[in-house]
Amino acid sequence: MKGLVARRRNPIVASMLLLAALLGVGGVYAVATTAAPAEAVATSDQTAIDEGKRLYLEGCSSCHGLNAQGTSNGPTLIGVGAAAVHFQVSTGRMPMAAPAAQAPEKPTDYTEEEVSQMAAYIASLGPGPAIPTAEQLDYSDADIAEGGVLFRINCAQCHQAAGGGGALTNGKYAPSLMEATPQEIYEAMLTGPQNMPVFGDGTLTVEDKQAIIAYVMDLQEAPSPGGLALGRLGPVSEGLFLWAGVMAAFVGIAVWIGIKAR
Amino acid sequence: MSDLTTRGGASAPDHGHGHGDVPADDLARPLYEGPGALPAADIPHRPRRSDFDPKAARRAERQVSALFLLSMLMVVLFVVAYVAIDPYADVYIPMFGVVGFQTFALGLTFGLGVFCIGAGAIQWAKKLMPDVEVVQERHSLASTSHEDVEAAEQYERGKEESGFAQYKIIRRTLIAALALFPIPLVVMLRDLWSPKNGSFGPSPVELLSTTAWVEDMPIVTDGTYVKIRPEDVPVGGLVSALPENIMEIQEAEHNLNARGKAAIILVRMEPDEIRAQQGDGWDYQGILAYSKICTHVGCPIALYEHRTHHLLCPCHQSTFDLADAGNVIFGPAARRMPQLRIGVNAEGYLVAKAPFAEPIGPSFWERG
Repeated sequence: MKGLVARRRNPIVASMLLLAALLGVGGVYAVATTAAPAEAVATSDQTAIDEGKRLYLEGCSSCHGLNAQGTSNGPTLIGVGAAAVHFQVSTGRMPMAAPAAQAPEKPTDYTEEEVSQMAAYIASLGPGPAIPTAEQLDYSDADIAEGGVLFRINCAQCHQAAGGGGALTNGKYAPSLMEATPQEIYEAMLTGPQNMPVFGDGTLTVEDKQAIIAYVMDLQEAPSPGGLALGRLGPVSEGLFLWAGVMAAFVGIAVWIGIKAR
Repeated sequence: MSDLTTRGGASAPDHGHGHGDVPADDLARPLYEGPGALPAADIPHRPRRSDFDPKAARRAERQVSALFLLSMLMVVLFVVAYVAIDPYADVYIPMFGVVGFQTFALGLTFGLGVFCIGAGAIQWAKKLMPDVEVVQERHSLASTSHEDVEAAEQYERGKEESGFAQYKIIRRTLIAALALFPIPLVVMLRDLWSPKNGSFGPSPVELLSTTAWVEDMPIVTDGTYVKIRPEDVPVGGLVSALPENIMEIQEAEHNLNARGKAAIILVRMEPDEIRAQQGDGWDYQGILAYSKICTHVGCPIALYEHRTHHLLCPCHQSTFDLADAGNVIFGPAARRMPQLRIGVNAEGYLVAKAPFAEPIGPSFWERG
C-alpha cells in the first residue's frame, strides 16, 4: 500500500489512468448502444417516456391499470413491447370505443409521435418486441412463392387463403388483410394482437415474415380477373350470393312470367 | 296477328260470367275447337289491352322483336369483345371493383344475349299468344285390365319361345354365372391393405390408427422443416409442425397420406393456464402438441385463439378447448382432439415422447 502511494506521482500513472478512462467510457458506450439495438430512438428518450406515460394515463389506464399491471377489463401491458402498442394504437384498435368481443380497426386521433411516445413508455416497463426496423420490413428481395406456402400453412386458416379474413368464435373474427401495411403485418405476427397467436422469430424467421408480407402485398395489388370477388371469402359468400341474390332474381323472373298481362 | 286481335276484341264485352255458365260464344271457343281442344275454364276472363287495341298489339310486337334484336347485338358484341379486348386488361366496375375487362364483357354480353331471347319469348307469350284459362283433366295412372292381360301373355310367350323352362342346363349355368360375377368386386377389396414388399401390408384399421410419430421423433416446422427448440415457441404462440422424416416417407410412398395424418400444432400457454391434459406431463413447460386433423370429418384446423385457447374448425365450427385436454365444447365433433406427448431430446430440440395414444382424425367403423 505504501509503495503504491509512493509511486502515484510516476509519469506513467497519468497515461495509464487516461487509457483506463478512455476504455471505460468507450466500453460503457458500446454496451449501452448494443444492448438494445432494435429499440427506436424514442424509447431511450426520457421525455418521450414521460409524455407517453401521460398519454397512457389519459387514454389507456382505465382498463389496463395505472401501472399497466392489468385489470379485470384489460390485460397487463408489461412486456408486450413497443410493437404491440404501435399496432394496436396506430390502427385505432386501442383505445376501444366500447367493450366488445373484438376491438375493430377504426380511425385514430393519436399522431404518429404520440403513438411512439406511448410505445416508449410501455417498452420502458419491461422487455418486449420492438417496433420493426426499416431493414426488417424491406420485403423487396423476398420470395413471394415461399411466402404463399407459409401464408397457407400459418395464416390462411383464419385470414383465408386470399387474405379476406374470416369468422372465429363468439363474435371474434380474423380481419381482412387487404388494407394492412407491411409494418402492421409484421407487428401482428410478432406480438399476437387480441386472439391471434404469436409467430415468433424462432419458427417464422425474419426472412419468412418478409416473404409472407410480400405475398400479402401481392394479394392486395392483384385484380380480381374472374369478376365480383365477394370479399374473397370463398364458397360461403359465393353460395350466399347465389341463394340470396341470384335466387331472388329468379323468383322475380318467375313472378313476372306468372303475372297476367294487362 | 290482327286476326287474333279482332277475335279477342269482338268478344271482349262478353267477359265476366259467373261459375258454371260458359256461353257458346266465349272468346276462347273459336281458338280451341277441334280434336284435342281443351275446354275453357269457367272463371271470368279479362282480355288484355293487346287483345282489343291494335296499337297495343303493335307495341308488344315491337317489344318482342326488339328483345330478339338486342340478343343478336349482344352476340355480335361478344365476338367483338373476344377478339378486340386485351385478355390481361383490367377495368374498374362500381360495386365489383377491379376486374378483368374481357371476362366481364364476355359474361355480360353472353348473359344478356341468352336472357333477351328468353325475355322476348315470355313477352310474346304474355302479350300476344292466347291467354284463355283452360281446364286440363287428370287421368288415372293405373293400367287397364286389357293391358294387364296383354303383358301377362307377352311374358308367357317369352318364356315359351326362349325355352327358359325347357333347357335346364342353360338355366342353371346362367344362374350360377350371375351368382359368381360379383366375386371380382369383392376380391378387389384386398387393395385396402397397402401391399408392402409383395405381402399384405398393414390393415386399413392399422393404417387409420397409426401415424408417423414415434418416440423421440424430432418435431419440425411445416413449410420450412427446421427443428424447434422450446424457446422458439413463445407463450401465445402457434406452430404448425410435422415429424422430421415426413419428406422421406412422402417420397417413398408417393402420396400425402402420412403428412395428412401426422400434422400437428404446437401451442404454448402459461403452465398454470392448462386445466387438464390427456396424460400427466404430456406438455413441455406449457408447450402442448395436438393433432391438426379435426375429429369430425378430418379438416386440418389451426384457427387457434390464444386468449381463450379455443381451436375452431372452419368446416363445421367444431370447437376444442386446448387448455382442457382438447375436449369438444361446441359443434358436431364427437371426440376430443388427440394430444401428442412431447419433450426435449439431448440436443434440446422438441421431440415426440410417444406415438399418438388414440387414432387421429374422424371416427371409423372399427375404431370402437
